[in-house]
Amino acid sequence: MRLDFTIISDDFFAAGAASARIKKSLQQVGIPTSLVRRISVAVYEAEMNIVIHAYSGKISLELAREKVRIVVEDEGPGIEDIQLAMQEGYSTASEEARRQGFGAGMGLPNINRAADKFEIESTVDVGTKLVMEFNL
Amino acid sequence: MVYYFHSVRLDQEKCKGCTNCIKGCPTEAIRVRNGKADILEERCIDCGECIRVCPEHAKYAITDDFSDINDYKYRIAIPAPAFFGQFSDKVSDEEIIATLKMLGFDDVVEVALGADYVSMAYRNYFMRDDIVRPAISSACPAVVRLIQVRYPSLIPHIIPIESPMAVAGYIAKREYAKKYGARMDEIGTFFITPCPAKVTAVRQPVAGQANVDGIISISDMYGLVMRNISKLKHYPEIVKAVKVKASANGLRWARPGGESIGFADEITHVQVQGIPHIIKVLEQFEMGKLGGVDFLELQACPGGCLGGALTVEDPFVARVYINKLANKRTEDIDIAPDDYDDLTEQGLLYFESEIEARQIMSLDADIGTALEKLEKLEEITNELP
Repeated sequence: MRLDFTIISDDFFAAGAASARIKKSLQQVGIPTSLVRRISVAVYEAEMNIVIHAYSGKISLELAREKVRIVVEDEGPGIEDIQLAMQEGYSTASEEARRQGFGAGMGLPNINRAADKFEIESTVDVGTKLVMEFNL
Repeated sequence: MVYYFHSVRLDQEKCKGCTNCIKGCPTEAIRVRNGKADILEERCIDCGECIRVCPEHAKYAITDDFSDINDYKYRIAIPAPAFFGQFSDKVSDEEIIATLKMLGFDDVVEVALGADYVSMAYRNYFMRDDIVRPAISSACPAVVRLIQVRYPSLIPHIIPIESPMAVAGYIAKREYAKKYGARMDEIGTFFITPCPAKVTAVRQPVAGQANVDGIISISDMYGLVMRNISKLKHYPEIVKAVKVKASANGLRWARPGGESIGFADEITHVQVQGIPHIIKVLEQFEMGKLGGVDFLELQACPGGCLGGALTVEDPFVARVYINKLANKRTEDIDIAPDDYDDLTEQGLLYFESEIEARQIMSLDADIGTALEKLEKLEEITNELP
């Protein structure tokens, strides 16, 4: 079972809609509450990353009996130094995003902590791809 | 499936199958089958949204009849603060209480008095440093049930303190037992309710004791009071004997923000009314986006309890009445510290048990089958306009 979402940059009105849909689907499949919360927090962070940093992006959810796999791919500025970006508190978010309460530099570290498996690839001026997996 | 009581019901005759109720239901608890709505009991949280939107008035809430008070030797009315907001400002709270007595209640203990105890308990709760923040008010039973069903991961945030109704019910029984040597089962406490969720909270409490024997809707009681209040002039001694005990803030619990008034400024509180707004806030909360907030005052009805589905007056108008009545009352809570400590020690201010999750969102007990159903659900949804 697969669900795809398109995320639009700078659209703070629709921001979070994909995560909410994914969360609901997970609940409908009967995934335990604590895991649903862990996954939705990670997806929400990734969704907000696209809204705040990228130009456009896609989220795909693959739901299977034994695991949940989420791929987040964006077209955007990319990340110059992934190691630095993975550090807690490091952020390049715009002033506008910070005023909205985002850009605390916790996004990627939070995703890394939540997921059972986490991969990140990024090319400067092209985009970033995240793959996260959660075992059921 | 465990039997689950719920208060909101359907009048088959009146229902036209228009599906309006389906759209507003926050837990997707309604189906329309063969042209008639069908409420799924295990999903319903008795918020009353469907009662409000039904153009045919086919939804109603089960409550008790006023005549049920005759089943008890001693009868005590425990009116919700919202009850006092139903009357025009030409009627005083003493007169409202006196009319209830004239109608057959031996005594009246305001839920607003219970709110005074609960306000104290909330304030003490926030002095502790071991609590989970933001803490969510537990006073609105529809909100507690919404969390059980849709946001089970937030259950630990619900403040484990009893509702003003439960505390008032206990005080009423205790005082009567003490004063007249009555047995607990001889005393009937009747809550006058603004909403169906409270009916469910009494018949099937989530984590404590309701201390309430019967529930009469505000709309039923309003009619009885209005028809009889003019007879009060024949019983001036009843009016004279009424002494209002609850504080101004106790009465203000009826309206939005009422629960938060007693807090010092250092407790950041967010007040939300109306299920759609509450859902938005809880979604954000669950995504970890409500940092820096200490207290969430959530009321399922727009206008707070004054907007309950079983009230009569418009909530915005009722708010003015409540404010006027409250301004005439003392701002000081009249509760002896000993009395408060006594209730705390007996555990009466706190829930007896944990609140349990009610996970009903899953499409099937087997993940594989649930996945197949979800896939089908997506297919159908995509075809719909």
